[in-house]
Amino acid sequence: MPMTEKDQGTEERRSLPARVWRSIFRGPVVPRTDQERKWVVFNTLVLHLRPIRVPASTLKFSHTFGLGGSCLVLFLLLAATGLLMMFVYVPSPERAYDSVVALEDDVAFGSLVRGVHHWSANLLVVFAALHMLRVFLTGGFLGPRQFNWIVGLCLLLWVLAANFTGYLLPWDQLSYWAITISTGMVTYLPGAGPGLQEIVRGGGEIGAATLINFYALHTTFLPILFLSFGAWHFWRVRKAKGVVRPRRADGSPAGPEESVLFLPNLLLREVALALALLAGMVVLATLLGAPLGERANPGMSPNPAKAPWYFVGFQELLLHLHPFFAVCVIPLCAALALALLPYLRTEEEDATGIWFRSARGRRLAAWTAGLGALLGVGGVLFDELVLTGGRAVDASGAFVARGLVPFALLLVGLALFARFLRRRRGATRDEAVLAIFCLLAVVFVALTVIGYGFRGEGMALRWP
Amino acid sequence: MTSEDKSGNGSPTRRRILAVLAGTLGLVALAEMAWIALAFMRPRGRRRGAVGMIVAGPVDRFAPGSVTAFPEGRFYLARLKDGGFLALDRTCTHLGCTVPWVASQERFVCPCHASAFDIRGDVLSPPAPRALDLLPVRIENGIVKVETGRPIRRRRFQRDQVTRG
Repeated sequence: MPMTEKDQGTEERRSLPARVWRSIFRGPVVPRTDQERKWVVFNTLVLHLRPIRVPASTLKFSHTFGLGGSCLVLFLLLAATGLLMMFVYVPSPERAYDSVVALEDDVAFGSLVRGVHHWSANLLVVFAALHMLRVFLTGGFLGPRQFNWIVGLCLLLWVLAANFTGYLLPWDQLSYWAITISTGMVTYLPGAGPGLQEIVRGGGEIGAATLINFYALHTTFLPILFLSFGAWHFWRVRKAKGVVRPRRADGSPAGPEESVLFLPNLLLREVALALALLAGMVVLATLLGAPLGERANPGMSPNPAKAPWYFVGFQELLLHLHPFFAVCVIPLCAALALALLPYLRTEEEDATGIWFRSARGRRLAAWTAGLGALLGVGGVLFDELVLTGGRAVDASGAFVARGLVPFALLLVGLALFARFLRRRRGATRDEAVLAIFCLLAVVFVALTVIGYGFRGEGMALRWP
Repeated sequence: MTSEDKSGNGSPTRRRILAVLAGTLGLVALAEMAWIALAFMRPRGRRRGAVGMIVAGPVDRFAPGSVTAFPEGRFYLARLKDGGFLALDRTCTHLGCTVPWVASQERFVCPCHASAFDIRGDVLSPPAPRALDLLPVRIENGIVKVETGRPIRRRRFQRDQVTRG
């Protein structure tokens, strides 16, 4: 138990090491009673950020899959491995590649550290996206959590930016040309495009200025954004009284209604998950490592040259649509739609905490997701085999034929589909939004998979 | 009467105007700081005045219908069949890959997305949206010189882009 004024007398009779120990840990280190556990949570710097008690029903793993916490663990791993690598890496075009080679070959555990950084970074994109999906599907962005969805979207953007800026640093062929392609996409933004590209690149082409830009963003600027937005995100979860409480499709609470102590119930689960993730990253890093290709050669583009995998969906769009629509209109519309999602909600029914909103929502989500896969794959194949993929369209007519027309078709199609869901399938507005979200998300995943795995030389379709 | 009105001698309208003014000034200050940060980030080095000149060589060294690469200047010197010169930036106008000259097909073929350009830089097949950028060419005393560092954008090839000896 904590030391009180009364204990002062006995305190002076203790030995010096015991008194030093007591000065650092003023209470129990290993709490044995519930009273002691509460005291430890309340009086420990890090644990104090957490609540004393949590609703028992939110503890079930399949309610959140621990995705948000996993993102935090991956971020901590990235920070630790990144800090270590900063002692070896040199951000200049002449020396960057050699310093990464040295990291791989000469530095003790260098390959492991770089491998953990690589895999944590890529999985962070996946986990952040899955976390967003989970929050959306369980209605975790309604009510007091509306704005936290926007903070989370910003965090997703920082994750992509951090990944992207880190992609260039090894200065091998893969990174050089992936950044060339991706920053090349920026020029298609009307008006500001070329100027923005010059600011990002620090000049007309990728060189020393680009590398130092990306290095500063990657190692300082974005981590600061992560810390501040991450803290904001977690604080708002805390202010919303934790994650959403799960409910069954009929609206009744799923699981026990009482609350339990955070320590040990939630803390031990979190520590177990964190350790499992750490082990997973070490295994991946040991077995697969981080790739490093040939030194960057500005005179020779590899064939094919692809953007980082999380942008390959847009690169795939670029093969089919006019660039203005592929890299400007559609991404902006998607971002706007994502930001508006928590505000589209209707008051008619509160579906917070129910997976897929309702039993009907679940059915709709399942078949619209299937439809999305068909549309994504079918659309690419149709365009490639029947319309011959943009190559037959001459550049002057492309804005209408490959931009306005398909985009208008998409909007009209979605509007008709939403109407169909509401009129013919009896979906509520929430459920219709959910179904369309699932449809579009799966289309994007399909485009990404096709672009990443099924495009070979000259970006022609091929079997992987 | 509210307590605010007693303590100050301004009317509510004046207070409101002052508040809006102060807020506007604050926003202007923020915009200035953002501008400073952006201006700070503007491209360094290789800016205006950092233009280079590459001496390609005497005119007769380049056969009509040939394309010669100048890796140090990041361009190709093309001599058209009629003897005119064009200096073509080697950067694909689609997404910025480097286009190699495929002599057997007499065209530039981009390895990234299969855009193709003819010897004049004109687009033979999309997705490239416009012809390869040009670099200014000068011929002085029978010596071809190319100005690097400031590529000129163009939609398509036109006769007046060609430099003749």
